[in-house]
Amino acid sequence: MVVNAQPAALRRLIDEVGNVDQVGVEERVAKYATRSIKKTAKVWGLRTAVSMVDLTTLEGKDTPGKVASLCAKARRPHDTGDIPAVAAVCVYPSMVRHARRALGEGSGVRIASVATAFPSGQAPLRTRLAEVRAAVEEGADEIDMVINRGAFLAGELGRVQDEISAVVEACGPAALKVILEVSELEAYDSIRAASFLALRVIREGDFIKTSTGKTGLNATLGNNQVMLEAIRDHYLATGVAAGMKPAGGIRTAKQALQFLIAVKETLGDAWLDNTRYRFGASALLNDLVRQLEKERTGAYQAPFYFSEAAESY
Amino acid sequence: MPRLTVTKTPKPYVGGAFIRSESGRVFPVHDARGAFFAHVPQCSRKDLRNAVEVAAKAGPGWARRTAYNRGQILYRLGEMLEARRAEMIDTLARFGAARAAATREVDAATDRLVHYAGWADKYEQVLGNVNPVASPHFNFTVTEPMGVVGVIAPDAPALLGLISLVAPVIVSGNTVIVLASEKTPYPAVLLGEMLATSDLPGGVVNLLTGFRRELLPTFATHAHLRAISAAASADERQALRLGAAESVKRVRFTELASPADWLGAGGQSVHAIRDFVEFKTIWHPVGA
Repeated sequence: MVVNAQPAALRRLIDEVGNVDQVGVEERVAKYATRSIKKTAKVWGLRTAVSMVDLTTLEGKDTPGKVASLCAKARRPHDTGDIPAVAAVCVYPSMVRHARRALGEGSGVRIASVATAFPSGQAPLRTRLAEVRAAVEEGADEIDMVINRGAFLAGELGRVQDEISAVVEACGPAALKVILEVSELEAYDSIRAASFLALRVIREGDFIKTSTGKTGLNATLGNNQVMLEAIRDHYLATGVAAGMKPAGGIRTAKQALQFLIAVKETLGDAWLDNTRYRFGASALLNDLVRQLEKERTGAYQAPFYFSEAAESY
Repeated sequence: MPRLTVTKTPKPYVGGAFIRSESGRVFPVHDARGAFFAHVPQCSRKDLRNAVEVAAKAGPGWARRTAYNRGQILYRLGEMLEARRAEMIDTLARFGAARAAATREVDAATDRLVHYAGWADKYEQVLGNVNPVASPHFNFTVTEPMGVVGVIAPDAPALLGLISLVAPVIVSGNTVIVLASEKTPYPAVLLGEMLATSDLPGGVVNLLTGFRRELLPTFATHAHLRAISAAASADERQALRLGAAESVKRVRFTELASPADWLGAGGQSVHAIRDFVEFKTIWHPVGA
């Protein structure tokens, strides 16, 4: 993207929060794939990753029954071994009450709901806020909102930030996750700028999140790294610790471990916890459980031993 | 000025590509006169794991093809082997076979592919059945492929043994991971180059080179492998059976007294196809 094409307001923000060295970031994250994590460290990492999963179903064909089975799996990912429950289930607002009924109270699994006209965010603010309030009333513990990318790219940064503030207010006690939809922001500089825009108005315990999972390009180690560094810089400047949630495209246990390495080496052990780091994923959980079973039994496992792997081959 | 020697790096054929071992290890292979031939990748259990993943991906597409088409593709593989017959004979001869024996082996291997290519659209008629039942139903027994199958090829004959074990498994829509001959791995590497040009979809036949002692336990215990077809010693047979028990894996051993026995009719049979299919019985009401 040509720098001159950026609106002046965005350019000023980028100057203020600092540029991203694209080559440097990519070289840095390439190193994460070379770390050797074995045996007990691997099992610890896999179990931690399971406890960080936001088990997600966001499809037009979601039904109460499907959400109920997702909740059952969230509480007990596998029938053998002592595999922990996941952090949360992530569903559409209309499915929140079905998830609440399936989970009950005190299951330890939180309910996250996407809101604000997910995934495009292209609805009047009034409508989006009403959706957030409705989801919280139905029992959502966490709200995943999308930012107004159109406004961001047009340089209306104040408007983007005001909208995030409005959603923070509408959330009440519920935690907020701000989806930047990095694939539509086009450059690392914009991702860092958008991260700061959100970080400056969210509360301790809220998250920034990479993507909706509805576009072609999703969470990568690169944009995860840019956002982690934004969180670190913001934390060092203000003392407010925000969380991070990469979403979409993380399908294997190996990838998940690489993301955890990025967290440990950028933010430290305090972020290796599901109150500060989450994975938005659906297929990932099966692979994590499969690798844990491999470590437990010593034999490579077949995917059809685990739920929701319909392929019999 | 003399030309620089151009040597070939042997790489086994896995998932439609020619790979090195993920471990980076190789082992030296010498020809029959003891001269150094090449370093061949020493595949690890992780290579086996990766091969199983690609084989499982390739499987449904391969099984969905018509039996007629699978037959055509096996025949095409025979054509490829025939076209490079001289090179394969030279290779077998270089690794210790007498030239006449090498010629017999390559021709038998080609004929074996043609034999099983012919079975592709016929075994169902022989193995399947319409069963007599005492009620107004049709009762069919039909076959389905099992999935991903492990093949442990004999050390000798390196080419014919491998093809005799692989062809009957893939003809019904299974995919295979093959451990090639440890003593003579190069013919399998060469065969991989023919597989790559034979219309066989990538991932249906995956060839690994390496050590039997290292890889057999993983073949036996890998739960995603549904069956194993092996030419193995008594000790290896016991280890394979024990390892396979946990995942209730089907194990079939081909026991032939000498390498020459693979040449004859003992090396090919519809029973080799039968042992790697599942039978499904269907009840269907007779229409009024």
